[in-house]
Amino acid sequence: MTEPILAEHHPLDDLIRADRMPHIWCPGCGIGIAMRCYAQGILDSGLPVKDHVVVSGIGCSGRVAGYMNLDSYHTTHGRAIPFAMGIKLAKPELMVTVFSGDGDLVAIGGNHLIHAARRNIDVKVICINNFNFGMTGGQFGPTTPRGAIATTAPYGNFELPFNLPYLLAAAGANYIARWTTLHARQLKKSILEAFSKPGFTFIEVLAPCPIGFGKSNNINDGLEEMELYRDRCVMARQGEMNPEELEIDLREDKPILIGKFIDRDRPPFHPFMKGQS
Amino acid sequence: MAAEQVRTGLHFMSGDEACAEGALAAGCRFFGGYPITPSTEIAEHLARRLPEVNGVFVQMEDELASMAIILGASAAGARAMTATSGPGFSLMMENIGLGMMLELPCVVIDVQRGSPSTGLPTMPGQSDVMQARWGSHGDYESIAYAPWSPQEMFDLTIHCFNVADRYRLPVFLLADEVVGHMVERVAVPACDSIEHWERKHAATPPGEHFEPFKITDPDLVPPIVHAGEGYCIHYTGLTHDERGYPDMTAATHNELVTRLVEKVRVNRENIIRTEGYSLEDAEIVVIAYGCTARSARQAVREARQAGIRAGLLRLISLWPFPEEEIARLATRARSLIVAEMNLGQISREVERCARRPARGVFHAGGMMIPPDPILQAIREASA
Amino acid sequence: MRVFDRQPLNIDKVHIPRGQVFLIPDRCKGCELCIHFCPEGVLETSSGMNVKGYHYPTIVSGKENSCIHCEFCALICSEFAIFTLAIPETTNGG
Repeated sequence: MTEPILAEHHPLDDLIRADRMPHIWCPGCGIGIAMRCYAQGILDSGLPVKDHVVVSGIGCSGRVAGYMNLDSYHTTHGRAIPFAMGIKLAKPELMVTVFSGDGDLVAIGGNHLIHAARRNIDVKVICINNFNFGMTGGQFGPTTPRGAIATTAPYGNFELPFNLPYLLAAAGANYIARWTTLHARQLKKSILEAFSKPGFTFIEVLAPCPIGFGKSNNINDGLEEMELYRDRCVMARQGEMNPEELEIDLREDKPILIGKFIDRDRPPFHPFMKGQS
Repeated sequence: MAAEQVRTGLHFMSGDEACAEGALAAGCRFFGGYPITPSTEIAEHLARRLPEVNGVFVQMEDELASMAIILGASAAGARAMTATSGPGFSLMMENIGLGMMLELPCVVIDVQRGSPSTGLPTMPGQSDVMQARWGSHGDYESIAYAPWSPQEMFDLTIHCFNVADRYRLPVFLLADEVVGHMVERVAVPACDSIEHWERKHAATPPGEHFEPFKITDPDLVPPIVHAGEGYCIHYTGLTHDERGYPDMTAATHNELVTRLVEKVRVNRENIIRTEGYSLEDAEIVVIAYGCTARSARQAVREARQAGIRAGLLRLISLWPFPEEEIARLATRARSLIVAEMNLGQISREVERCARRPARGVFHAGGMMIPPDPILQAIREASA
Repeated sequence: MRVFDRQPLNIDKVHIPRGQVFLIPDRCKGCELCIHFCPEGVLETSSGMNVKGYHYPTIVSGKENSCIHCEFCALICSEFAIFTLAIPETTNGG
């Protein structure tokens, strides 16, 4: 073997819309990695592919629905979760996953996110957190660290960000984990755990956004951010939710706490049916 | 359908309650809503009744979520509905546009109240009419019906579900607080006599090549597939091609949006509904809808008793607007009067189609327009 | 998280897998993650460019048989452009 063998198909091509490749995400962006973990998770889930449904909102991560060869819905900005809830409640046997970004799920979609977590609805959420609104060119968002530069924060973001695991733990999600796109094996395993966990599961995935966030916060490219992940990520002990430790500012050389934070069994949301217990 | 889903027989019901029963009779098994006067009774009634018929009732955190959740339920194949009033209707607009673009059938009940803004929550209005037509951004064609009685709240809700499923889009029931809260006799027909228009489902079996938005029928309605059926179809709010794939070209956009609009226009005969009262020889035609039409009918009766040849055209469907009928009436009516509880919305359409001004009997809302001002306008017109 | 307890491996029984690298050049966007994170340093940027002008990876000369089929290049390829398949063991062991 002296040269890589040129191939036409990737082993996961049946699960993605190969006829739409290459996708639109920038070189070094991490969304494709997380999507690959999701595709692999679907294959390993033991559920037939036709029972998996993916719903995305608007933004770079919102394009995942369009690239998955599933029943997929690309909805309006921030409204993926209630839309997904509608599918789940109308057809409970489906495994409904919402795959979207920090801007979509936490900024405009924040109200639906915390209520869905409070109700503990049986929808799986994969939230790409690249610390900015990437699709529209790099504005700051609700997870952008204070002081970071963005196109709408040329003097540095003067707002304090959300800390997603902490927020979702308070809201009530049954399963909360944070991984990065470098931890692809753990992410896929976490997605599988989410599939088998009844109730609201939330997986935050840190992903490089070289164009939107990295460039203006001196992280030159995806490679450099993945290196940051390798150097700084520290596995959290489950259930250990010290808020300060959970904060992330990629510009500081400070540990990034990852892993599974919450895995509990609050009763999942079921609409009341007469004649049922 | 099991018996208790359709409470056949005579009832003494409020409009809101009749609307809820109409939804159940139409096979609606999903309601997602948010409390708002004067439509809350619809939600309350369905909260009790839906669990009895294995249906899903969910109260959401806001109207944005309410509209999104019923679209999701519809995407999974359920007949789904929400109910709101002006302020909520405004919040639903973006996702109504999504429903138009994804061509997902559902029913939105807007029990109108004094508007704009918080306005008069417990009092009637008819000033959401143009919002129902143009509320969301972009070119699309709305379908909206205006009931004038609890009986019609029942009947038209069923019709809204049928039209929505048949033409694959959100359909609106534009009631008002008077019709919603008044209590009248409602006759619920036998279960099997209730019309049920099926969704046109794809004939191609799952797994085979299938283009979800390819048009093969003259009605311009693409056959539908639902989540979990194995078609693995992509629905996107982005402009999409026949495969459902995003396609950012002006040509595809023009084709798609034109079709979405034409889809309603070419089928308007089956959609438009009006009713005439002593119109045959009418020289003065009053045009009204919803609760105002009740006063207009009384005014026309009194005018006839006073020897004035007056008639009423009651619009049951506001959108699509019955352009041809208005144009025909305009050729033989000496003058047109439009009575509505706003400061002139449908009247603009009437004047556009009649190609001449119409006398307006307007009120910004808060009280039902009584017969007198309409009768007064008829007298002035016949002088 | 289960703590991985370390147990000594019996190198007679444990054979290091060998992998064959496959590439879909036109999907590559030259992010070089696969090159950088390959534990065996099997890959390097090739002089060849794909249709979009990105330099896709190629095998470092001398490392033709170094791929251990860990699949990490495939795991972190955002473009679904690279993957490896195991080369079945020949009878004479690794």
